[in-house]
Amino acid sequence: MATEGLVRPGISAGNGATLAFARRHRLHPLEALPWVTAIAAFLLFPTYLPLGAQILATILFALSADLVLGYAGIVTLGHAAFFGTGAYTAGILAANGWGEPISGLLAGALASAAIGVVSGFIVLRTSGLALLMQTLVVATLLHEAANRASSITGGDDGLQGMQVWPIFGVFRFDLFGRTAFIYCFVVLFLCWWLARRIVHSPFGRSLTGIRENVLRMHAIGAPVMRRRLVIYTISAAFAGLAGALIAQTTGFVGLGFLSLDRSGTVLIMLIIGGVGRLYGAFIGVPLYMIAQDRFSEVAPVYWYFWIGLLMVLVVVSARGGIFGLVDRLRR
Amino acid sequence: MSEAARSPALETRGLCKSFGALQVANSIDFRLEHGARHALIGPNGAGKTSFVNLVTGALAPSAGQVLIDGTEVTDLPQSERVKRGLARTFQVTALFRRLTALENVTLGIAEREGVADDLFWPSGRHQRVIEEAYALLESLDLADDALRPVNMLAYGRQRLVEIAVSLALAPKVLLLDEPAAGVPSGESGTIIEVIERLPPEIALLIIEHDMDLVFRVAQRITVMVQGGVLVEGRPEEIARDPEVRRVYLGERTPS
Repeated sequence: MATEGLVRPGISAGNGATLAFARRHRLHPLEALPWVTAIAAFLLFPTYLPLGAQILATILFALSADLVLGYAGIVTLGHAAFFGTGAYTAGILAANGWGEPISGLLAGALASAAIGVVSGFIVLRTSGLALLMQTLVVATLLHEAANRASSITGGDDGLQGMQVWPIFGVFRFDLFGRTAFIYCFVVLFLCWWLARRIVHSPFGRSLTGIRENVLRMHAIGAPVMRRRLVIYTISAAFAGLAGALIAQTTGFVGLGFLSLDRSGTVLIMLIIGGVGRLYGAFIGVPLYMIAQDRFSEVAPVYWYFWIGLLMVLVVVSARGGIFGLVDRLRR
Repeated sequence: MSEAARSPALETRGLCKSFGALQVANSIDFRLEHGARHALIGPNGAGKTSFVNLVTGALAPSAGQVLIDGTEVTDLPQSERVKRGLARTFQVTALFRRLTALENVTLGIAEREGVADDLFWPSGRHQRVIEEAYALLESLDLADDALRPVNMLAYGRQRLVEIAVSLALAPKVLLLDEPAAGVPSGESGTIIEVIERLPPEIALLIIEHDMDLVFRVAQRITVMVQGGVLVEGRPEEIARDPEVRRVYLGERTPS
């Protein structure tokens, strides 16, 4: 190594300064909060478990969007393409005689990853608005394909007749949503753990570098295109898992799963929480979905107005989302 | 083999680039010897930065060749050229602004060492990479700023981090694009000192307007005008050259 002479292992000053830097990946006690909250919600609100399961799966969807938007700086308006692909894959399997949930879930993730790697190979060559439009085009194409293939997907009516078998052949999906909640909880937890490993790895740090200054990443010899394609594919798989989870736990898939509305809403939820923090999804999604649930009960006609107002408040008073606000209050 | 040993660290042959009617590189033949201290000067718009971009692969040439250590790299992407020992700095500081100086350098070393594709183990586990990054900052007198975000540092310090990030790549050829640009004159001395202290085996190409820096550091000077090489020679030859004085140096001949 040409610079071996520069390396002086064990220098005392360096150890002190670099130690904190090297330990950034260690778990902070506060990181237990989402999981404690979820378990408490499970015990305290037994009648809300179906909503809770949806929230958990949607957190996974928003987390997957955070990986590309927040870490790699890939602005996408087509993330529903992967969510919908995962949902339709698991749904079509379950509607055609294969209701085993775990393999359905993995099939959904694989199908989404495949769409991710192929579309990413094309769309990631661009950036900025061109990239935004191309991600939108991919989702629109899939949306239209699902609409046309109505003999398989049910088209406009949605996919009918899913039969999801018990998990491990033992745990049935019950009416109260208990199994669904725990199922979503476990999958989200595993994905969060994996996402956390990724963002703290050298690969994850290099994604941050790509977001901060792509020019410099090229100049230090990083294979930028490959890195972006890898995270895009991983993110697509996560989004596919989220879609498959919702399909299996609600027993329904419709064209809305692939819609621009879905792509946009997940970004809004993520932005409310905070982008590029790994935990923005854990704040924004419950806030949005619980608000939506409450508003739609109190004001069934106007609930979108209240969501809009919430959004305006966040943008005006809490740039950087709830996390950005917390950051500023702590200073 | 002996042929390769004699080939220059960096060479361009007939390098051309035009944007429509504008020719930014007009058949440039250039040689940078191993361990050279070489300056590239010329009036604004002469094509100096375009030349750097052609050499690093940020721009594709219309014609001609780029060779690193005798191997043609004209068709290789930037990342492959970096692997072969070519590094650069930017005229306008191009750092990871919200990341710490230590992280900026660590990212460079991680790429060089090939650990940046590891997507499972924490970056903190690669202790050797972090220690090396810190030692590098220390050698440039930047240890106190290691854990500060780069955008909080004075501009002169940022210029040093800019050099540190390129050194992290363990370059054989280093292209410094106006290393002292935008730095208050009081601080440019530090940058000159750092450049003078760079390991002698690194071949340096310095693009600079600051003639103090050029005449203090350079052993050879190439003058570019309108995308082409006007003249090349030792500093004293360049300083005497009437053509150079006319197009570029003007009244500002070194004392």
